[in-house]
Amino acid sequence: MTPLSSYLLLSAFLFCIGLAGALSRRSAILVLIGIEIMLNAANLNFIAFWRFGPAPSAITGVMFTIFSIAVAAAEAAVGLSIILAVYRRARTTDLESREATRS
Amino acid sequence: MTLVFLLLAAITILGFGAAMSLRNPVHCVVGLTLGLLGLAALYLQLGAQFVGLTQVLVYVGAVAILIIFAIMMTRSSESAEDQTYSHSWRAGVVLALAVFAVLGWAVHFGSTSIPAQNVMPELPVQTIGDALLHRFVLPLEIIAVLLTAALIGAGVLALQDPVPETRGPR
Amino acid sequence: MIVLSPSNIERIDQIFVLTKHWLMGYVPAVAQPLTSAILSVLPVLIAFPAIFAVTTLLERKGLGRIQNRYGPNRTGPWGVLQPMADGVKSLTKEDIVPATADRWVHFFAPVVMVIAAFLAYSVLPIGRNMVVVNLSSGVLFFFAIGALVEVAIFMAGWSSRSKYSLLGAMRAIAQMVSYETPLVLAGLVAVMATGSLSTVSIVEAQAQYSHYLPNWFVFTPWGFAGFVLFMIAATAESNRSPFDLPEGESEIIAGYFIEYSGFKFALFFLAEYLGMFATSGIAITLFLGGWSAPFSFLTWVPSYLWFFLKLLAITCGFIWIRGTLPRLRMDQLMHFAWKFMLPMTLLNIFAAAAWKFFPVGILRWLGCAVFLAVAFVLLTRGLKKRGDVSVRQYRFAD
Repeated sequence: MTPLSSYLLLSAFLFCIGLAGALSRRSAILVLIGIEIMLNAANLNFIAFWRFGPAPSAITGVMFTIFSIAVAAAEAAVGLSIILAVYRRARTTDLESREATRS
Repeated sequence: MTLVFLLLAAITILGFGAAMSLRNPVHCVVGLTLGLLGLAALYLQLGAQFVGLTQVLVYVGAVAILIIFAIMMTRSSESAEDQTYSHSWRAGVVLALAVFAVLGWAVHFGSTSIPAQNVMPELPVQTIGDALLHRFVLPLEIIAVLLTAALIGAGVLALQDPVPETRGPR
Repeated sequence: MIVLSPSNIERIDQIFVLTKHWLMGYVPAVAQPLTSAILSVLPVLIAFPAIFAVTTLLERKGLGRIQNRYGPNRTGPWGVLQPMADGVKSLTKEDIVPATADRWVHFFAPVVMVIAAFLAYSVLPIGRNMVVVNLSSGVLFFFAIGALVEVAIFMAGWSSRSKYSLLGAMRAIAQMVSYETPLVLAGLVAVMATGSLSTVSIVEAQAQYSHYLPNWFVFTPWGFAGFVLFMIAATAESNRSPFDLPEGESEIIAGYFIEYSGFKFALFFLAEYLGMFATSGIAITLFLGGWSAPFSFLTWVPSYLWFFLKLLAITCGFIWIRGTLPRLRMDQLMHFAWKFMLPMTLLNIFAAAAWKFFPVGILRWLGCAVFLAVAFVLLTRGLKKRGDVSVRQYRFAD
């Protein structure tokens, strides 16, 4: 029987993988992937607490995860279209290039 | 710590780790897909069938494909990036390790107060449907408006300026 | 001669289930779960590739006859050994990998696609009590697996590092993503009518008979419209003609699997046909009553025979459509998906909901049928271009 703390540790580790990637990659799309990983790690946390928590019949954890998935999909779509719009001006997705941060 | 959990955790960590550390963006997306599938399997193991399958349908089927299209359209896979990581990547990793330390400490010292539940909770889809239309009807409507706004916004942002009607000699 | 007593009929109907129980009696208790899983999965792994082999022959002969020529007729009488010849050829051909190709992704793309194609069969009820796993959200599982195929196609197209394959992969993914929404929405009406996402419950809701006519959903106005829309979207999802621009031989020379040869190409071919059978199977489950017989006096025929007969009918329909209709151009394809199929499926859901609220009788038949017919006519007339011949405007990403 896997204890709850294993799932929470896994979720924390995945969150930190996403955080490390989002902070250290150069390409804007990869930063967005890191953000998606962080959101997924938080979803795992919710489901683990729903399963092992005191009241699984009040399906709060599951509902929150469903809404979180929907919001993350919407955010990915808008984020990627912003990256496309910036790419059209700067011809690059590199976050540290001069063209991308030009005003 | 069952074998299934260890295997799925290994797959997920491998997938997400590859997504954040590989050089080629398309390889990163393949790693992301692997990690998302591992997470969906973990949801199924925890008994949340609907969420696990929705995760595959939405994340793998839509978000990963969207990221693939964005990589293709911005041609990130072809440009020879001289450096994969930003020049402050060490600070990023240290910060992530610090966050993991804090979270790990919280998990270790906080989880003894939660009683263990050994019975897999029943989650028929009717319960989710009922909850969506009774308890959570307001978030449902707000999500609908949010998704419409995201759809229209993404379309407007990605649409380029209209091609001029007449092409006379410059 | 076997006496057709009721118990014998049931024994023939449940012969696979009874065989499995008998075999499980010989297995020690510790290996029971694993053996049970293997025994449930093995028939699917054997039956559907065998049907695939027969279908390749059927398709080539059928297409040949539609095009006024013989199909293959050299290997064996009437060409029946042709699948065997094809199998030997694809296994012994040299496996060429382009020098600049991405080796690992190139290798795993057909593997992922075949895995996704086989996974989809786990929720199909092939006979009475004959489903590999009875998930409570089986229909959702099926559509989620369909999403996995798109990633595999992209992996195949991109890893070959060839312009044709990348273009074909992008077209294929755009087409599959566009037709996925009408596919799910068209299948949703059957879920609405049953009130459950489980495929077994959907078939059991259609296995009732009223005056020796079955309760199949295809015999209702919204069910018929849903079935037609589902089959159109399924044709597009399987990249079959008339939606096969991503892999048309005269257009893009096999598109995303252009750089694959030998066994990997055979795996892609297998995965594509398996996907076609799986989507037909779900259409049979959702609309055509699964394993139930068309008339109540025919229920003595085994349930799996009815499933495979319906599958044969739909496959023949696919082959017929392939031989008859010309290919759709990419922009025509996309317009069709977003401007016609999506509104039509949404209106179909509306009609199915209205069906539930009307009292039983001729009124709801007329109401739903008239509503759907009017919507169809208005949509098609409204979307027809007035014949403007201006210069076509292209929109690219940059």
